[in-house]
Amino acid sequence: MIRQLKESLKSNNYNEAVYLVRFLSDLVNCHVIAAPSMVAMFENFVSVTQEEDVPQVRRDWYVYAFLSSLPWVGKELYEKKDAEMDRIFASTENYLKRRQKTHVPMLQVWTAEKPHPQEEYLDCLWAQIQKLKKDRWQERHILRPYLAFDSILCEALQHNLPPFTPPPHTEDSVYPMPRVIFRMFDYTDDPEGPVMPGSHSVERFVIEENLHCIIKSHWKERKTCAAQLVSYPGKNKIPLNYHIVEVIFAELFQLPAPPHIDVMYTTLLIELCKLQPGSLPQVLAQATEMLYMRLDTMNTTCVDRFINWFSHHLSNFQFRWSWEDWSDCLTQDPESPKPKFVREVLEKCMRLSYHQRILDFVPPTFSALCPANPTCIYKYGDESSNSLPGHSVALCLAVAFKSKATNDEIFSILKDVPNPNQDDDDDEGFSFNPLKIEVFVQTLLHLAAKSFSHSFSALAKFHEVFKTLAESDEGKLHVLRVMFEVWRNHPQMIAVLVDKMIRTQIVDCAAVANWIFSSELSRDFTRLFVWEILHSTIRKMNKHVLKIQKELEEAKEKLARQHKRRSDDDDRSSDRKDGALEEQIERLQEKVESAQSEQKNLFLVIFQRFIMILTEHLVRCETDGTSVLTPWYKNCIERLQQIFLQHHQIIQQYMVTLENLLFTAELDPHILAVFQQFCALQA
Amino acid sequence: MPLDANLKYTQGFFGGVTTAKLNQEPPSWCPHGATSNDLSILCNDSSLELSEYWDQKFSGDNDEQERLLMESSTLYVGNLSFYTTKEQIYELFSRCGDIENVYMGLDKIKKMGCGFCFVEYFNRAEAENAMQFLNGTSLDDHIICTDWDLGFREGRQYGRGQSGGQLGDAFHDDFNVDRGGFGKQAQVPVNFTLSSFVRGPVRWT
Repeated sequence: MIRQLKESLKSNNYNEAVYLVRFLSDLVNCHVIAAPSMVAMFENFVSVTQEEDVPQVRRDWYVYAFLSSLPWVGKELYEKKDAEMDRIFASTENYLKRRQKTHVPMLQVWTAEKPHPQEEYLDCLWAQIQKLKKDRWQERHILRPYLAFDSILCEALQHNLPPFTPPPHTEDSVYPMPRVIFRMFDYTDDPEGPVMPGSHSVERFVIEENLHCIIKSHWKERKTCAAQLVSYPGKNKIPLNYHIVEVIFAELFQLPAPPHIDVMYTTLLIELCKLQPGSLPQVLAQATEMLYMRLDTMNTTCVDRFINWFSHHLSNFQFRWSWEDWSDCLTQDPESPKPKFVREVLEKCMRLSYHQRILDFVPPTFSALCPANPTCIYKYGDESSNSLPGHSVALCLAVAFKSKATNDEIFSILKDVPNPNQDDDDDEGFSFNPLKIEVFVQTLLHLAAKSFSHSFSALAKFHEVFKTLAESDEGKLHVLRVMFEVWRNHPQMIAVLVDKMIRTQIVDCAAVANWIFSSELSRDFTRLFVWEILHSTIRKMNKHVLKIQKELEEAKEKLARQHKRRSDDDDRSSDRKDGALEEQIERLQEKVESAQSEQKNLFLVIFQRFIMILTEHLVRCETDGTSVLTPWYKNCIERLQQIFLQHHQIIQQYMVTLENLLFTAELDPHILAVFQQFCALQA
Repeated sequence: MPLDANLKYTQGFFGGVTTAKLNQEPPSWCPHGATSNDLSILCNDSSLELSEYWDQKFSGDNDEQERLLMESSTLYVGNLSFYTTKEQIYELFSRCGDIENVYMGLDKIKKMGCGFCFVEYFNRAEAENAMQFLNGTSLDDHIICTDWDLGFREGRQYGRGQSGGQLGDAFHDDFNVDRGGFGKQAQVPVNFTLSSFVRGPVRWT
């Protein structure tokens, strides 16, 4: 088992390692392992805190492994070796005092300390263990079947653990990210039921650990998972439903990312509501109410997840909710978190149903927060548009589209469109002409407005025209601008069109990033759909790089296999086959480099635009003498955080560039703080 | 902090499903989405297993069909309302991953929605998310069912029932306003027997 433990640690499998340590600890309780040898192992663990030039997260893990085993074995170890244990404790306390906690604000779900402080996980665990020690290691929650057999076990032969040296830190070691402990309930929330253990009690730790463990084991099978959760042993002594709801939201809102895909938690909660229809829905509704009340200080990324969870959940229960309870949001500034939340939820509910449905279930007082009817806006549609430049061409195009014109026919109609940017036509005839783009995109999208299918067909059929018009960077940006003007009432359509345009290479990822930060989008900058588009764009870029890297790997493997076969068969004829494959590998290598470069450029563009837009705001506030902390600012700075958190693995590759080029010491401290917190996450 | 409002969080909110429609499991003629009731914890991926459906019109043998299904990243989605739109399907299924395509099932004669569709993901893992987390949940107030599909080919979007819609819609005799009213058999007095177009294990498409 010690070998297994070493293997887990070497292969960065820290979850498994923690369970192994805990199991070994319980073996001490069974008198299988001699306590002193376990103490020796923990001494070695805690001595990692003395290591220099290693990431803090490495030291953190060893301390965590030690502390988290104590609820199981603290009593035994203290009884046998209290002096040594005290020494280990002093060492641990020393370490916890001096370790840096720059990363904590980035991981907190709420920025407020009340009603429940968002504690760093090691601090919380330390407080819990301290309390356990003070209570003389009395712990009643863990199942201890060995107690019943104590008389037999205590006569068994004990074994000593071999001395355990923690494997050294290597370049490839990746340690678990630090966490913040999510708390939303305490004993006052369920006054009638059993008392909820306090936040610094070890019972709370054990219950939460066990519930997280159940989810980790059964998350793929929601019926099993729900059944296991509600049949938690000892459930009569604790307000189990509150613990379950808290643990599930803890995972859903975890930063940087939930352990599992968001939608799993939604369907797990639905399953739990079905299993316990008399008790769980009330707790869940109470939790929803509490989350709503604390929206003002909730991290924007967590608010996004709250919006998605709540709308999906409601769609499974006919959108029944007591909206009037939330009337307080109607009198607030529409940009503040609560009305914004309601607006975004209603928009998502509409996407899962249809516009009239929303109008039907929302009380009349809330109509200002209802989403717009997702209709298309065509600028050449009515009589007043006669005077608009390009109007006649638009009409001509409409006729052509309806009579199934070809790309060439469209090109010839567009040839006559004057370019407002130039005095005379240049020779190529197809340089960036915003008016051409305007009439073409407006008219085509308007005619294809009926459904997604129509719009996708339109993009496919006239792909050639799109590619030509959007050849330059300005062209790409303008295509996106015009598309947005047509569909600004239908964010879902905007998202799918951007997706298709990237996939068919009408626009590229950098163009989308620049468009999002453009002035045309400033009014909608804080809306959820904008950020969903940006993150979806980044994801596409990431997936593209991975795909080509995989192709390269496969080609290299194929070549290696061919070489091996050749050396086995001594067959000269395959020399020729090699040549083609080597050429392919070279091409793929270039492709990979170019894709990686495009990926890096995308992130640099995004960070640069963030810095510009935030600096502008900070400077303006300074000169005007107004407070920096507007709702817009909170949203924007947390969106910057979100980029770091959601794509942290890729961004880690660019740290040097970011530090030297963008996040330099001259930057405003507000913005630099975000970068420093990010660096601290794996430092 | 106790909430006085505790009292009003009655069963109506979030739980105690009240309308008959939501209580409705997929109709008996649609065998999808039935995860095994016995909690065989050791069997971790039962939600990804193949159902009993075999496409009668597939031109290869059963082994090949099984192999394709095990690798597929396309899902069949059934028990939809006839009025559910592609937009709604996109919204729901996007929560599991990036969608490549959605093909709406059409009545062969009327060329209108007839209650099923195909959702194609770019990779298998994201399709598995949908099988695990959307199967048996609600879309447009219908409990949908998902199943692995061989992959879309032109022609597969049409219902295979005699009246143009799905096979199962011919035979139910309850009134379902979102699935064309009464079963087609009740509507159109045509004399046809079950045996004339059913071969082997049944899926009513």
